[in-house]
Parts: sequence; structure tokens; C-alpha cells
Amino acid sequence: MANMKMEKNPMPEQDPIVRAGNFDEVALGYSAETAIDEAKRCLNCREPRCRTGCPVSVRIPEFIAKVAEGDFDAAYEIITSTNSLPAVCGRVCPQEKQCESKCVRGIKGESVAIGRLERFVADYHMNKEKKDEIKAPESNGHRIAIVGSGPAGLTCAGDLRKLGYDVTIFEAFHKSGGVLVYGIPQFRLPKEIVAAEIDNLKAMGVKIVNNAIVGKSETVDELFEDGFEAVFIGSGAGLPQFLHIPGENLLGVYSANELLTRVNLMKAYRDDYDTPIKRFGRVAVVGAGNVAMDAARVAKRLGAEHVYICYRRGRDELPARLEEVEHAEAEGIEFNLLNNPVAIHGGEDGHVTGIELVRQELGEPDEKGRRKPVAVEGSNWILDVDTVVIAIGTSPNPLIRNTTQGLTFTKKGGIEADEGGVTAREGVFAGGDAVTGSATVILAMGAGKAGAKSIDAYIKSKK
Amino acid sequence: MYKVVTKRFLNDAKTICLFEIEAPLIARHAQAGQFVIFRLDEQGERVPVSVAGYDREKGTVTVMVQAAGRTTRMLHTVAEGDVISDIVGPLGKATEMEGLKKVCVVGGGVGCAIAYPIAKEMHAKGIDVTFIAGFRSADIVILKEELKAASDKLIMCTDDGTYGEKGFTTVFLKNEIEANIAEGKPQFDRVIAIGPDIMMKFLADVTRPYGIKTIISLDPIMVDGTGMCGGCRVIVGGETKFACVDGPDFDAHEVDFDSLLKRAAFYKDEQDAAAQHICNMTGGKRNG
Repeated sequence: MANMKMEKNPMPEQDPIVRAGNFDEVALGYSAETAIDEAKRCLNCREPRCRTGCPVSVRIPEFIAKVAEGDFDAAYEIITSTNSLPAVCGRVCPQEKQCESKCVRGIKGESVAIGRLERFVADYHMNKEKKDEIKAPESNGHRIAIVGSGPAGLTCAGDLRKLGYDVTIFEAFHKSGGVLVYGIPQFRLPKEIVAAEIDNLKAMGVKIVNNAIVGKSETVDELFEDGFEAVFIGSGAGLPQFLHIPGENLLGVYSANELLTRVNLMKAYRDDYDTPIKRFGRVAVVGAGNVAMDAARVAKRLGAEHVYICYRRGRDELPARLEEVEHAEAEGIEFNLLNNPVAIHGGEDGHVTGIELVRQELGEPDEKGRRKPVAVEGSNWILDVDTVVIAIGTSPNPLIRNTTQGLTFTKKGGIEADEGGVTAREGVFAGGDAVTGSATVILAMGAGKAGAKSIDAYIKSKK
Repeated sequence: MYKVVTKRFLNDAKTICLFEIEAPLIARHAQAGQFVIFRLDEQGERVPVSVAGYDREKGTVTVMVQAAGRTTRMLHTVAEGDVISDIVGPLGKATEMEGLKKVCVVGGGVGCAIAYPIAKEMHAKGIDVTFIAGFRSADIVILKEELKAASDKLIMCTDDGTYGEKGFTTVFLKNEIEANIAEGKPQFDRVIAIGPDIMMKFLADVTRPYGIKTIISLDPIMVDGTGMCGGCRVIVGGETKFACVDGPDFDAHEVDFDSLLKRAAFYKDEQDAAAQHICNMTGGKRNG
């Protein structure tokens, strides 16, 4: 008998006041009891629409049915048959826009908490004392190179390895995981969890070469010369965009990438790590996407007295996930909505002293249907801050663009590829932010999956 | 892990040390003017350092590092045969040499280590190289023989006159330029200056009135070295550039030195504090 409760079981969380002072994970995860109770809310629809909302086609009702039975191992098997990174997806996917948005339970009341259940199953497996040994599938002898160990690359690697391919990932950083390690903060996605997921892939036989920058250390052409039969480019969108307003090179102006990389990858928040970070007093974060929320919450945890989100549109237009906005608000992040930055001011010593904002009103909807902000003439004001973090998006890194012949690129610098990741150059596939510009982890994973499928078809067609 | 195959101090004061490190991926493509980023261990920061040499056959890259802050002082305690956690590269663009005939390379202090491979390669290509190497005093002079072999004319100078000529590189550069004019010899078609930011600023002032194109190599604060963090922003010709991908070489007459000098000092307090916390018992080695 299904559990007909209208609401999801709430996610236990660290107290907002406490957590704003530490980097420990905010969401604590379901207990087995809660997970079973939540799983029973699933009606096990004959035609599960939730699955159509998942870019990596997780067999959602099947795994939830196993959770309801208390057979968490079977649930894990089902999830990982299509998803190589369940502990990551369960934490950072915008489920409300994907699987959960399609759930029939969401028509009257709240959808089933699919994401929380996925996380529960993944964590259950990770915390098991005795794990089943991961079997490395036998190699089919075909070598595939993957550029970048972010969500697209890891997914592509996992899927290809399962099909028997001999897969090597080339990663520029000393740590693997791409945006999962340098971008998303510890309190949202603990790095130990990313490392464990990557270890699972390694146990399956995926090879990872760190400190290898394709486009610098070696080129795509050299990968082919070295015997790789296909290359998947999942190099992400690493290049930070700036506002191009006066004062952007003052001391105390960071890209969100710099702040997050210092803190997440280099662990500058920990005394036992060498990478330095400034003590913040008053911080303005420009932008209101998930990265802006991450940057604001990181600044708060580093001890900033005030952290302001400055965004030119209104609350209804906030691009970040609602959950992230609510978490930020609970932790004391202050929102200066309908305020557009026009200049950053500094003192004699070159340090930031304030950010000049212009109040906005919402006008007519633009082509995307979002109401366009219009400046209120003469409404300029200065918010006193010592630090400004620019979090208005990123664009694809030009390293591969500059060193690889035969590819075509979009106006914004992304690699042109079709839905299967097929590019203009034979044997080269691409997916994730390197193609689309900054998007989400799960979309990149979907692209990695599509790329793996296309590579498999390509190699088979050559035989 | 990357093995240090050779370690050698380059001067009496032991302020600058050469490390030849096994790194086949870097050795395959490294060129003069590029840099690498190393990390000592799990807790270490990522530190950019210029390529001082490479051996494509052996698969090694050579760097020459001055002990300045915490990490570089700790690097100096790494012994031959030891390993460091990470090294990645080559990063940045190689120094442009195409079409040059007569070049003056100016190095200041550890900048000579960075300028050396550039001079060496130019000299090997048949470009006429004058090398002006400036140091504070005799005890920190490096690469005496190497610089001689890599140039057609070598001027060594120290601030206090304890080695070579007495005086600053700016004076000797101006002398050379003037001498070319006075003696009717061809003028330098390029000056390449590498050293402390303030020295490069003054060298740029020397060459500006003569209209000699002057290239400097910058090493601003950076994290990743691939264009991702934007921490290495420099203003060149009024535009914001990233030293890691657009540089590290820039036209000295276009660089906004005031902004450069301020940005370089941004973490000075933190760096000074960190440098004071090197364990005296272990000499900077972590975990004993």
C-alpha cells in the first residue's frame, strides 16, 4: 500500500547558524527508515515519466521499489547500471527541474524525493563495511582518450569501460573530478565522496593521468598518434567572464572560479594547507546562479561579516536552484536584487572600497520570457565592501580550440557537436560545458553518456 | 610523483637552486619562455616557475628556483632522488624569436635563470645576443659560464661592484644602445627583460625613447595556470589579459606597471606569516 502523504520526508540539515561557520556537509541524508518511508510514496507508474526527465535515464521506479523493500544493494545495482556517479547526482542534480518535475505525485502535493533516495542508496553503498569487489570488464583492445575528468568525462569513461573499452582520462589538475572538486564546495558535495566515486571507476579499470593538459602537454593529434582510436573532449567551461566595468582589476576583486578553486581544490580554508586566502569583511557577489550562491556561502564560512548577492533582476528570475537560494538566505546571505553593478571603487592603495549599483525595474519579457531589467535613472548608490566576487558565468577554455585542427566552434567558443557528441572531425567527440558553455553537472553527464554511445557505434562501424 | 634527478645550488649564498625533474609530458613540448606549475605535497600550494631547460630524450625539465616564500624554501630542502607531488606544463606561450637579428637580453637576479634558455636558443639560431646580467652582489651570481656560452657579448654587473661591473642593468642597457648609435652599428631589434617587476619597469623606461620593442616575462599570482582563475590579470595596452594564457611575455611599453606591482603584493602579509611558520626542527619538511 502506497504511502499517500502529500509532502516529501524533509531532509535533515545542519542548523543554519552552526553550518555558516563550518565546511561540513549541510544536508545530512535520510536514515534507512525515512528512505523506506519515502520510497513507499512512489506509485510505480506503468509508464514512469520521471525516467524521461533524467539525462542519464536512471531506472527510477525500479530502484525505488527496491528501496521500499529494504534491498538497498539491489537498488544500487539498478542505479549504477546507467549512472556512474550516483552519490554526486543525488546531491547536486536540480531534480526539481528534471525527474521530480515529471512525477505524478507532484501534481497534487510534492513529488517523490527521488534525488534524496538516490543519495541515500549511494551513501549506503559507500558506507558499507564489506563491499562487493568491483569487477573490471575485460578489455576489447580499443583505446579511447578522454579529455577532462569532470562529470562529462567520468560518465563517458564509466560507460565505455563497461562496454569493454580501454579508457584513459587526461586531467589538467593534480586532483580528478573537474568542477566537482574545484567548483562545488565541500559543504554541498564532500570531496571524499567524489574521490570514492572516482575510485570505483578506477577499480573498473579506468586509467587517469593527472597533470596532463591536452592542448599544452600534448595535442589531440598526438593522442591519435599514440594509438587512441577516438577522443572525447569534456574539458568544461573554465574561463571566467568578467563584467568589463571600471575597477575590475582592483585588489580584492575575484572571479568566482579563483575564490572557489582556492578554497575547494586547494583547501585554503584549512590551516594545514599552504594556499593563502584573504580575511573577508564585507563581500559583494555579482550574479545569482548556483556558482554565485556557492561563492557567497564560501565567503560567509570564511568569516565575512556581510555577504551580499547583487543581481540585476528580481527574485522570480533568480537562476540558482530554489534550494540553494533558501540555504543561502538561512545562512544570512543578504540579497540586493534589482541592482546592477556599474563600477567598482577603490582607495589610494588599490584595494576595493565599494561597488556602485544602479537600481533596476523589470520591463518587458525578453526572448527567453524573462522580464528585462531597466535602469532607474539617477538611482546609483555605493555599497561599502572590501571584496567583490564576479560570478556571472564561464566560457569554454580556448586551449583545445587553439591547438586542434578540424573542429568547428560556436560564436561563444564552444565546440560544435550534435546531440550524440559527434564533432566535425572524425574520431573526435565532445560534450558537456565544452560544447554548451556553463550548464549543470547532470547535463554534462548526459552528454558524456551520449558521447560513449556514439564512440561505441563509431568504433564498431570501423571494424 | 615526480623525481628530482639533479639538484644543485647555483651560487655561494645558496639562494637559487637548480632542479632537474622527471616529467616526460612536459619535456616533450617545453620551449623557452614557458612555465610549469609545481606542488610539493598534498598540503602544498601551486607555484608557477619558468622553464630553465629541458631534455626531450631524457624526459626531464629543469627549473631554477629562488628561495623566497614558504614553498620555495621548502622546495630547497628536497634532495636529489626525492619526489615532489606534482608538476604540470608547459604553460603559457613560448618567447617569440621569429625574424630577430640582434637582441639584448637583460636578466636581474633569478630572472637570469629564466632569460638563460631564451638567450641560449636565440644564440643557437644565430641571433646576435648581448646579455646583461645584474645581481645584488657576488655571492648570489649564477650561471657565469652558461651565460657566456649563450651570448655574443656578456656584461655582468652587481649593485655593490663585488662581481663584474658596478651598477644597475638600466645603465648598461642604455650604454649599449648609445654605443650602437655612436658606432653606427645596427640597433637591437628587441630587448628582452626578465627580473623583478620594478627593474622591468625601469628598463622599459630606458628603451621607450629609442622605440626598441621590449618584451618582459611576468609571473603574477595565479592558481591553475590554464586561464581558469583569472587571478593573473594584467592590464596591457588598456586591456585585461591573463598572464598564464596570453603571456607570460608582454610588451613592456604597454604594461600597466602600477597595477602589476600592487597585485603582486596582494598576499604579502599572508606569505610573510606563512614563511615564519616553517618548522625549524624539520627544516620545512612536513610529517618529519
